[in-house]
Amino acid sequence: MIKRPLLTFLALLVVGLAFEFSVNAYIQLTIIYVCVNMILAMSLNLVSGYTGQFSLGHAGFMAIGAYVSAFLAFHFTIFPESLNFLNFIIFGLIAGMVSGFAGWLVGTPSLRLKGDYLAIVTLGFGEIIRVVLLNLETVGGARGYYGIPGFVNYTFAGITLSRFVSGFGVSAFWLVITFFLIYRLVYSSHGRVLISVKEDEVASEAMGINVTRMKVWAFVISSFLAGIAGSLFAHYTNYLNPSTFSFNQSVNVVIMVVLGGMGSLTGSIVAAIIVTLLPELLRPLQEITGVDLRMVIYSFSLILLMILKPNGLFGQGLGHGKKSKAA
Amino acid sequence: MQELLQHIINGIGLGSIYALIALGYTMVYGVLNLINFAHSDVYMMGAFAAYYTQRFLNLKPGLMSFLIIILAAMMFCSILALTIERFAYRPLRKAPKLNILITAIGVSLFLEFSGQLIFGADPKLFPSVIEDVGLFSIIGVRFRTIDLAILAVGFLSMIVLRYIIVYTKTGRAMRAVSENTKVAGLMGIPVNRIIAITFVIGSSLAGIGSVLVGLKYPKIEPLMGMLIGLKAFVAAVLGGIGSIPGAVLGGIIMGLSEEMVVGYLSSTYRDALSFGILIIILVVRPAGLLGKSSVDKV
Repeated sequence: MIKRPLLTFLALLVVGLAFEFSVNAYIQLTIIYVCVNMILAMSLNLVSGYTGQFSLGHAGFMAIGAYVSAFLAFHFTIFPESLNFLNFIIFGLIAGMVSGFAGWLVGTPSLRLKGDYLAIVTLGFGEIIRVVLLNLETVGGARGYYGIPGFVNYTFAGITLSRFVSGFGVSAFWLVITFFLIYRLVYSSHGRVLISVKEDEVASEAMGINVTRMKVWAFVISSFLAGIAGSLFAHYTNYLNPSTFSFNQSVNVVIMVVLGGMGSLTGSIVAAIIVTLLPELLRPLQEITGVDLRMVIYSFSLILLMILKPNGLFGQGLGHGKKSKAA
Repeated sequence: MQELLQHIINGIGLGSIYALIALGYTMVYGVLNLINFAHSDVYMMGAFAAYYTQRFLNLKPGLMSFLIIILAAMMFCSILALTIERFAYRPLRKAPKLNILITAIGVSLFLEFSGQLIFGADPKLFPSVIEDVGLFSIIGVRFRTIDLAILAVGFLSMIVLRYIIVYTKTGRAMRAVSENTKVAGLMGIPVNRIIAITFVIGSSLAGIGSVLVGLKYPKIEPLMGMLIGLKAFVAAVLGGIGSIPGAVLGGIIMGLSEEMVVGYLSSTYRDALSFGILIIILVVRPAGLLGKSSVDKV
């Protein structure tokens, strides 16, 4: 199945139909969040895990995608209401392109350099995006963006399929595209180049690779996919607020990548499920203790994870099986 | 003219605070090649240490209490930074750089959220251990006690730092480690101890900075380090990361330009300014004003 996108997509649709009839709307919403986070985690993995660059602004790109897609859906319709999930696919594509362009703008100056400048620039970028959205009245400002057109219910022959079905369908569509895009990219010659950039920039430059171009390229694809994740989020929740896209959200995605393992797509998928479900499962604990211990636990486990199991759950570590040479 | 001079005085005061914090970033970067994200939160903890020292000792305003809370903040920051270095960074000394960077983020978040848990998320009023009065004025520019205290303490600590770095054996060892860690180790320099000392000095400076900020802007909260840490880091990059005079120069330039933007343009651009400076520096001169661009040798 791992080699057949269409089959995977159909299988996911069947799973979605099963969820439609078995669980309530709250769990369905959580499932959509899991999908969104999977796309975010896989796309960040392309930059961090495969190319070895560290980005702290993924929430910023997600925000751009979410707001662009919401804005488009507000003002334009291409397909009629009954087929509006096709609209959302097109808007998602445009939203992804816009945030990919933003990624190009941010990445070009900061990825020319070796070292950790990207982390600082993306951190600043994420904050700036949030502040701009807070002050942008056309998209609701601090009140949030209400009434974004979303997925609708369908009725066939007396059976009503809720908005979850089309929402999950579109999510599965993008999920499959993200997975296979990254999977096939990484196992192509371009992907090998990305990995070689991570392993040793000097050596890959000596082999005639334009290191900066490859890094920017990976970063643009990653922000494109993050924008699509944002678009999914916008149309399923029908409401956006700048505070959703805070620094914590970026860190959440980083935690998913690190927990799953750098350079492991399976890891990112599993970690996205764990990190999304864990807060929901920890909710009772929070009600008992009365304080929000979640982020403290998260950050502490991030440190422990780095010291005790730096490769994450599924990571192959640096050097893809080989031991990396001591720097 | 009078207004401009006033802005310059304020800007240099703000700049010396940025410089104090930027020094911590730049020194750690020098010896470890690591952006110590936790530095801004060590600074935040320093402010709270000073706050609680004043409360528990019930200090009255005066020069003595000022010095006591500065010492308390310095000591607390040093111990905290030593703990972080020993338990979070040292085990990862040989690990890939990305892992250490993620650990630094983890430590930073851990301090912020524990801070919110322990101190509460709402801002606290920093004690005014120095009464804010105008002392004297020269050609219409008023010198206030707090501004003078900031300038005096800021410049004094930079002079002490310069003395340590240039004239003492430890300072020479620090410079050697930041030049080449491996060779410094082969020459018999205890690298781990020097790195620990670097952390202590850097975070003491952050502790001093935190008290000065507390005096000038007397609202402290667990997330106060984030923005000022980002700006101080930009100051360090502006001056040339790894370069100690560069951090001071970068800090002063940042402070002055921020004060000018607030004074003559609009205060909404205040926080966007540092980001703009960072982008321009990265495009035009990534090594920074006083940094030297290095070539990787294989």
